[in-house]
Amino acid sequence: MKLTVLFTPLKRSGHGLPFQFAVALFAAALWCYAPALAQVKKPVNSQNSDTTRTLKEVQINAKRATVPNISPTSVQVLKGGELQRLNSLSVADALRYFAGVQLKDYGGIGGLKTVNVRSLGTNHTGVFYDGVAIGNAQNGQTDLGRFSLDNLEAVELYNGQKSSLLQPARAYASASTLYLQSKQPHFSNNERTHARVSLRSGSFGLINPALLLEQKLSNTVSGSFSTEWIKANGRYKFRETNGTYDTSATRTNADIDAYRLEAGLNGTRPDSSTWTVKAYLYHSNRGLPGAIVRGRFDYAERQWDNNFFIQTSYKTAGKYYNLLINGKYANDFTRYLNPQYSNINGYLDNRYRQQEAYLSAVNLFHVVPQLDVSLATDLQYNVLKKLDADQYRFVYPERYTMLNAFSAEYHIARFKLQGTILNTLVKEQVKLYSGAANRNIFSPSLSAIWQPFKSNDLHLRGFYKHIFRMPTFNDLYYTLIGNTSLNPEYTTQYDAGITYHKLFEHQHLQKLSVESDVYYNRVKDKIVAIPTTNLFRWTMLNIGLADIRGMDLSIKTTWYGNQKLSWHTGVNYTYQNARDVTRGADSSPLQGQIPYVPKHSGSAIVGLDVSRLQLNYSFIYTGERYNAKDNIAANYVQPWYTHDVSASWLQGYHSCQLKFSGEINNLINQNYDVVIGYPMPGRSYRFTLSISY
Amino acid sequence: MKNKYLHLITTTVLLCILASCRKDGGQLPSEEEQVGGGSTGKIKGLYVVNEGNMGSNKASLDYYDYATGIYKRNLFGETNPGIVLGLGDVATDVAIYGAKMYVAVNGSNLVEVMNARTAKHINTIKVPNCRYLKFYQNKVYVTSYDGYIAVADTGSLTVQTTIKVGRQPEQMAVVGTKMYVANSGGYTPSNYDRTVSVIDLNTSTVIKNIEVAINLDHIVADQYGDVYVTSRGDYYNISSKLFVIDTKTDAVKKQFDIPAGEIAINNDLAYIYSVEFNYNTGVNKTSYTLLDVKTETLLNRSFITDGTEKDIKTPYGLAIDPISEDIYLTDARDYVSSGMLYCYDKTGRKKWSVTTGDIPAHFAFLYQ
Repeated sequence: MKLTVLFTPLKRSGHGLPFQFAVALFAAALWCYAPALAQVKKPVNSQNSDTTRTLKEVQINAKRATVPNISPTSVQVLKGGELQRLNSLSVADALRYFAGVQLKDYGGIGGLKTVNVRSLGTNHTGVFYDGVAIGNAQNGQTDLGRFSLDNLEAVELYNGQKSSLLQPARAYASASTLYLQSKQPHFSNNERTHARVSLRSGSFGLINPALLLEQKLSNTVSGSFSTEWIKANGRYKFRETNGTYDTSATRTNADIDAYRLEAGLNGTRPDSSTWTVKAYLYHSNRGLPGAIVRGRFDYAERQWDNNFFIQTSYKTAGKYYNLLINGKYANDFTRYLNPQYSNINGYLDNRYRQQEAYLSAVNLFHVVPQLDVSLATDLQYNVLKKLDADQYRFVYPERYTMLNAFSAEYHIARFKLQGTILNTLVKEQVKLYSGAANRNIFSPSLSAIWQPFKSNDLHLRGFYKHIFRMPTFNDLYYTLIGNTSLNPEYTTQYDAGITYHKLFEHQHLQKLSVESDVYYNRVKDKIVAIPTTNLFRWTMLNIGLADIRGMDLSIKTTWYGNQKLSWHTGVNYTYQNARDVTRGADSSPLQGQIPYVPKHSGSAIVGLDVSRLQLNYSFIYTGERYNAKDNIAANYVQPWYTHDVSASWLQGYHSCQLKFSGEINNLINQNYDVVIGYPMPGRSYRFTLSISY
Repeated sequence: MKNKYLHLITTTVLLCILASCRKDGGQLPSEEEQVGGGSTGKIKGLYVVNEGNMGSNKASLDYYDYATGIYKRNLFGETNPGIVLGLGDVATDVAIYGAKMYVAVNGSNLVEVMNARTAKHINTIKVPNCRYLKFYQNKVYVTSYDGYIAVADTGSLTVQTTIKVGRQPEQMAVVGTKMYVANSGGYTPSNYDRTVSVIDLNTSTVIKNIEVAINLDHIVADQYGDVYVTSRGDYYNISSKLFVIDTKTDAVKKQFDIPAGEIAINNDLAYIYSVEFNYNTGVNKTSYTLLDVKTETLLNRSFITDGTEKDIKTPYGLAIDPISEDIYLTDARDYVSSGMLYCYDKTGRKKWSVTTGDIPAHFAFLYQ
């Protein structure tokens, strides 16, 4: 029975699973064999030692007891092997394992996935790719489902900001910041080339081949190239029931066809300064599955995206002075098509292009051993154009932003204090009607970490941050939705936390880390987006005032059994009392917990390494929520939880390392909605074969 | 190894605890609330239809019982637990004709037909993008935003014919053998429709298009052969207005330069309220007016007289009890929280109010 389900989606796409893997294996065998044929360059024993080294590294990674982080702001990191082991296709999937994070997931591979950190709202999370911000001035949202984990080395989430002084002013400009770090080439002495090919396939008609090439071009310059293609019909069964009726249907119009191309150059100069250049292109063509409502299970809307950016970074390494320069140009095209729309044309076809130019310079001075100060200045220009024929009341908004961040860090042996003042100047220009008012806002933040005892196991930390987000172009100017008199949305965060990291020698328990934070957040003039009939259009609602009291708890352990056996566990728990405390005419007598924020949520991970076999189990729980402002039975949303399991086998083969993984997600086949009307997939499968050289 | 098992056991126990947190997905029960004093007469009760936000599938049916004074929320789901996903997405009209009650469910592309007394499901009529309902000689007329009126037999409940009208037609009014349809053209804001389509109900053909104003919405007939039609304007520079069409000449005979969001006519009085949002100013202006349809003059006073209109944030639905002349007015508030229903007596003094479903908007009186 299970096997039938397993193979069905693939048969539908025309190929059986064995066929696809046969092709992949064949290609892999060729790849691995090629260097073996061309062994003239390298002595045999060098190759053998490479293989051994690679394998060792993987095993070490899994066990390695890393140095505890001493960030005064709370930070959560998933990297390397840990990241690859999660049953995750995209960054969005991986973020479910972070405490304090609510993922808004509209279901399936192509469905929109955005993140809400500590109930501050989606638009308060700044996303950085290799240290440079990814912007979306149009709707302020970054669809994290589009960032594949394939080429990522680390995903880091900071509440507040990263505790580095050598960072752009924009790094201080969000309430929380998410860093996506792409794989950086690292070559040992006699290596010149790294390569990895992988093929993923499984439910939803998924085909996802990927390629990574890293080449050492000279002693100081290396290049990398990464590409992948994701194609899926996106179909999955879902079930709707109220106890009396019980109906199953197939999710349609959730297909996706997307590719990513990424190329980078990294270099080191004789004075130890480093530079990088990166070009990124993402293209997608996807269906927009609408809300499942009575009588309507099918939609025809489509969306096309073309995201291009090129960014560069230069960093000096000096004893008393460091300079960091970042530059970026981004060009994003979006097309939305509703082919069945009874306006004069008979369809709705919206095409937008937004462009961003960005330049940042950071000066860091090590004044005295105890004191560092930095000044970061960012200049940014955003413009939104409408490219289709319907120009009705489109205002062509342009935004000029200047950010200045002055930071100082004072550190003595067991204490560190950081403070920042960020000044934001915003000027907007529109071609028609009137634009939003200019802004000149000062935002402070302060953080500290203290190690009370001599041993560095225990740290106490805390931060305060006051920051805002600008209303997006859509918030302000969207024809028949936007409102130019919108105010920025302000957040204030207070956080106090404790971290305990203990390493044990000669014991089965090798490492224990416990981190916990309590926090109090306040959001003023909160703008809440609630999707209407499709995902491209939103109803903007200013619910005024929100009051969030929360607690995050994370416990991780690493265990060692014997040479062939080790395991690790991780548990996260989040409590959030996130209240809508809006007063006056905008309040509702039945308001309470903010929509879609559960009081209780958490996750658990168990990973087991038995020789070359990696076994993983993960569990995600989201407690009961309400899907609208009023906390009444009609708005109640069931808790949901998923059990995911996976197994991977690692195998050396000539100079290559092979990894074969199989995953089963939502093992108990629970039917649930993260967002009401957008049913999530039931049990699904995924297989990955990757070959690294 | 002992530790490993301990961990697995702990995890398993934890999972079981968490797993037990999920309640069984059951039918949402109805809720009752005592609101009125209770009265008897020709009218047995009042159905209130809540639109529910687009995409939320939260259309719901409430009922106020005149005799007991009890207001009951969420009637449909409980009465019809077998209907997949309940009443549906965005209910835009309700009407009782004969023994049947009809609810147009816009986002679900259907008209739900129920037993008027029990609210028990009878059948559905498929009308894509349906909006308003009107009846004439055992036929139900349903406007569709796709630019036509679907005509279905009230016995067989199947669509027999369609009549092409203007773009995004809204409400209809019947005078004699003619039907007047307000066309909005709301899907093309750069080029709104400006016409009222006149249909000869004997031939089911459009006999005239009367040029009125942009973005027409409500249309109601008085007892003197006139129809009153509202224009919503463009929310920027052209403001909302009220027009009077003489059905003898099928021409606009009068214009009132007052904002008109909703209009209900009972005997000689037209009750009008307006919520006019302007994107230039970002201001929402609310007003309440009475108009004498016999003399066609504004009475320059509100139909709420005790000052309680200040409690209402977004007036969204209006109906007048034809017997007692009680006024029923709904408040959609911020559209995403529960609405309110207010009842005023004929002198405009508040009698009671009650919490409804999301976006209460449409009414149907049930007679004994």
